Amino acid sequence: MTMDFTKLFELIVAASLINNFVFTRFLGLCIFFGVSKKMETAVGMSVTFTAVMMISAALSWVIFNFVMVPLDITFLKIIVFIGVIAAFVQASDTIMRKVAPALYYKLGIYLALISTNCIILAVPLINAGEHYNFIESLAFGLGSGIGFALALIIMASIREKLELADIPAPFRGLPMAFIVSGLIALAFTGFSGLITL
Amino acid sequence: MANTADTVNYLDLIKNGIIKENTIFKLALSLCPSIAVTNNLKNGVLMGVAVLFVQTMVNITISVLRKFIHPKVRLPIFMLVISGWVTIADMSMAAFVPDIYKQMGLYIQLIVAFASILARAEMFASKNKIAPSMVDGIGMGLGFLFALTVISFFRELIGKGSVWGYAIINAKPLLIMILPAGGFFAVGILMALFNWIDIRYLKKSATASH
Repeated sequence: MTMDFTKLFELIVAASLINNFVFTRFLGLCIFFGVSKKMETAVGMSVTFTAVMMISAALSWVIFNFVMVPLDITFLKIIVFIGVIAAFVQASDTIMRKVAPALYYKLGIYLALISTNCIILAVPLINAGEHYNFIESLAFGLGSGIGFALALIIMASIREKLELADIPAPFRGLPMAFIVSGLIALAFTGFSGLITL
Repeated sequence: MANTADTVNYLDLIKNGIIKENTIFKLALSLCPSIAVTNNLKNGVLMGVAVLFVQTMVNITISVLRKFIHPKVRLPIFMLVISGWVTIADMSMAAFVPDIYKQMGLYIQLIVAFASILARAEMFASKNKIAPSMVDGIGMGLGFLFALTVISFFRELIGKGSVWGYAIINAKPLLIMILPAGGFFAVGILMALFNWIDIRYLKKSATASH
C-alpha cells in the first residue's frame, strides 16, 4: 500500500479543524452541550470518544468492505453500523470492568452514553460514502475525535467562567451556551479554505 | 406523567408533544439537525416531515410488538425497528427529492441516533395501545416539525431575505444567519424567547437550563 503521509495529515487537519464535527457539521450536539459543563468530564469524554471513534471506524470498514460490498447489501449500512458500534461498546464495557477496573470507574459512564450517538455513527457512514481506504478511515476517525475533543475542551473552559457571569434570566443555561458556540463557530469558519482536498 | 392511564386524551397528547415536551426547545434533545438543515425553510420542513414519519411509524410498530418483546432485549430491538424505518425514509427521500437529499442525506440517516425517538418508544409506545402510541408519535413529530419550521423560517428570512425560495425582502440580507454560526445564534435566541415567555406569563423558572 502506498502511503501518502501528506494526504493523511491533510485528512486529519481537515476532519478536526475545517470540517469540525461540532461547529461546521453540527453533530454530537446533545453530548456537546451535556458534558461541557466541567473540564474534568469534558476531558474524559474526549478520550473515550476518540478511542471509540477510531476503533468503530476500523471495525465498520472491515465489515463494510469484506462483508457488505461482496454480498451487495450496502443499503443495510445504517442497521449494520449501529449494531456493530453497540456491540463493540457493550463488549468493551464488560471487558474494561474485568480487566481494568480503575479505568472503568473513570471512563465507564461515558462508554454507556456513547453507543447510540450520532457523532460515532457518522464516522463510518461518511467513511463509506467517501470510499476511504482502511488507513484513511482510521485517519478520519482520529481527526474527527481530535476535533470533537478540541470543541469540548474550548467549550468547557468557557462555561466554567460563564458560571460566574451575570446573564439575563431567559438566557441562563442552554441559550447562552448556544450563543457562545455560535461565536466559536464563527471563529472556526476562519479555517475554511485552509486546505483544499 | 400520566402516560400509562387507561383513558388517554388525544388532544392532550398532541399538545404535550408540541408545547410541553417540545423536543428541541424544552427537552433540548436531537439538536444536531435543528442547526444543520435549517438554513432554508424547505430543508427544515422536509427534515421535520421525515422525523414525523419515523417517530409515528416506530411508535406504531413498537406498540404492536410490545407483548412479544422480552424486556431484557428491548433496546436492541427498538434500535432495529428505528433503523429499519429510517432506512425506508432515507431511500424514499433519495428517490423522490434527490436535490435536497444531496444536501442533507447524512442527517436523514442519523435520525437513527435521535434520543427523542428511542425515548418515546421506551417511555410510551412499549406501554400503550396502538392508537394512543400513534397519536403520541404524531404529537412529538409535529413538535419537532414546528421547531424546525420556526428556526428555518427565521434563518432564511434574515439570512437570504426569502421564504421557501421566494424573495421577499428587497434589502441586503444578514449573511451570517445562513452560515453555521447563525444556526447556533438562532436556536439560542429562540430558546431564550421561549424561556422569557415562560418566566413572564407562566410565572415559573426556566426549564431548559440543565
